[in-house]
Amino acid sequence: MTKLKADRYEIRFSGSGGQGIITAAVVLAEAIAGSGKNHVCQTQSYGPEARGGTSKAEVVISKDLIDYPKVIELDLLLAMNQASCDTYFPDLKPEGLLVVDSTLVDQIPTDRSISIPFTQIAVKQAGKKLVANMVALGAVVHLTRVISPKALESTLMAKVPKGTEQMNLKAFRSGIRAAKKFDLEQLPPTVTPEEEEV
Amino acid sequence: MTKRQSKKRILLQGNEAVVEGALAAGCRFFAGYPITPASEISEVLSVRLPKIGGTFIQMEDEIASMGAIVGASLAGVKSMTATSGPGFSLMQENLGFACIAEVPCVVVNVMRGGPSTGLPTNPAQGDVMQARWGTHGDHPIIVLAVSTALECFEITVKAFNLSEKYRVPVIILSDEMVAHTRETVTLPPHDEIEVIDRITPSMPPEWYIPYKNNSKGVPPMSALGDGFRHHVTGLVHDVRGFPTQTPHEIEAFISRLFRKVTQGFHEIQITQSYLMDDATVAVIAYGSVVRSAQRAIIDARNQGVKAGLLQLTTLFPFPRHVVENVLKQCRFVLVPEMNIGQISREVKRVNQFGTHVEKYNRIDGQLITPDEICVKLLTTLG
Repeated sequence: MTKLKADRYEIRFSGSGGQGIITAAVVLAEAIAGSGKNHVCQTQSYGPEARGGTSKAEVVISKDLIDYPKVIELDLLLAMNQASCDTYFPDLKPEGLLVVDSTLVDQIPTDRSISIPFTQIAVKQAGKKLVANMVALGAVVHLTRVISPKALESTLMAKVPKGTEQMNLKAFRSGIRAAKKFDLEQLPPTVTPEEEEV
Repeated sequence: MTKRQSKKRILLQGNEAVVEGALAAGCRFFAGYPITPASEISEVLSVRLPKIGGTFIQMEDEIASMGAIVGASLAGVKSMTATSGPGFSLMQENLGFACIAEVPCVVVNVMRGGPSTGLPTNPAQGDVMQARWGTHGDHPIIVLAVSTALECFEITVKAFNLSEKYRVPVIILSDEMVAHTRETVTLPPHDEIEVIDRITPSMPPEWYIPYKNNSKGVPPMSALGDGFRHHVTGLVHDVRGFPTQTPHEIEAFISRLFRKVTQGFHEIQITQSYLMDDATVAVIAYGSVVRSAQRAIIDARNQGVKAGLLQLTTLFPFPRHVVENVLKQCRFVLVPEMNIGQISREVKRVNQFGTHVEKYNRIDGQLITPDEICVKLLTTLG
């Protein structure tokens, strides 16, 4: 009911605990902060368990100081499993975009979606499914253009554990490559389904 | 603002900003026991403090943590601990000792859902009254609430300054949302930060009377080992620090404890007004809920309601003068909180003006949204 100004760009990363959801969001937020152009606010919610359970992280980007730190109208939802896709899809704004890991999500609620097998790509290209989060981050960076891939890469190299830099970098770049195959112009304009002709 | 913007923006978590604030204020001793959602404060300080000659100790529990910071402060070192609800409960006994012995120290309580182990990873504001009255007996205490990473920095500096100046423990109430949110912050350069140190005795040691009254009500504090006789006890004591049961000495002592804080009321009372000049309705909020309220009042104004916001940074001593002015000015005041209603009671207590005051509460571990506050404002006004 409240009228909102288009002063924010909001991204939500979601999946299960252990998929690196929060790490991906932190790397993105740090890269954006480092570029010095925009304000950024990164929040998270997770259960008390170390693995499993649901995991969600949000990144809000704005030219102005950010008041409410969480998502109000979701621009992009990354769903790394079916449960999070089902739970959070309704929060997408009509012109928002759904990005799913098609390795783990097979029921996709809208045609305005980008479906990429992040986990599979991680295993094939980088050798570990652990870095599916970075493959997904690559796709998110390419699709949203909220930060240049170069700026993100330097943050990523500094942020990931020593010795895993190349693997993470490889994963990130393969995510960008995978997302390049999609043309956002070809997607329907909104996430609400078309009236079906009977 | 333009001056600040020229400085480097960094991404900081609320908890990390508390650490930066503590170090900038001169904190050189930390004792704590890890607990979600406060652990990052310990984690970062365990790395940073030893590098600058400070001391970090992980204690066996929160009772000992509080004891350790009281001890370190008595030895002349600015000290802090950080915890969440369950640990805060354990600290109450020694917190009372800090109150009666007038030991400056800062306790950060990053609030999570309670009671007991409660909701470790969810934000809440259920410890407001515990911060005020958690330790037994009549005692003055200062409680400050933070809502952003920048405030985590600034208010932590302020907490140390007030604690040193008034020789009173200061509680910083953060919450899981503020503590774990990472956001862009521009920290002020160190030479622009005001740091206050406790007054130490300037007379010869044999003339020193450790709890002697003066115009401020705050006696100079010697560090243990400096050669000044300084007896410390949890019993009510006379001016020399020794236990007393003499009624006029007891009365004078407890009165001074309260007087020193009351005299500093105008400095201690920290609040911030947003769009209050022409407001006819107001939101009174603190902690992370402030951020929702900031957006809510703009949304309400877009719907034709002249809404304003009073942010309470100081929760105790309750900033009644400022709150009273808002109550006088507005016909409706809403107090949204992530508890069953703790500060709303304080607002109602000082409402002598027949103003319509309502509370709005969430106790499900979720941050109150701007929409909820806006809808509540609009529907209450009809």
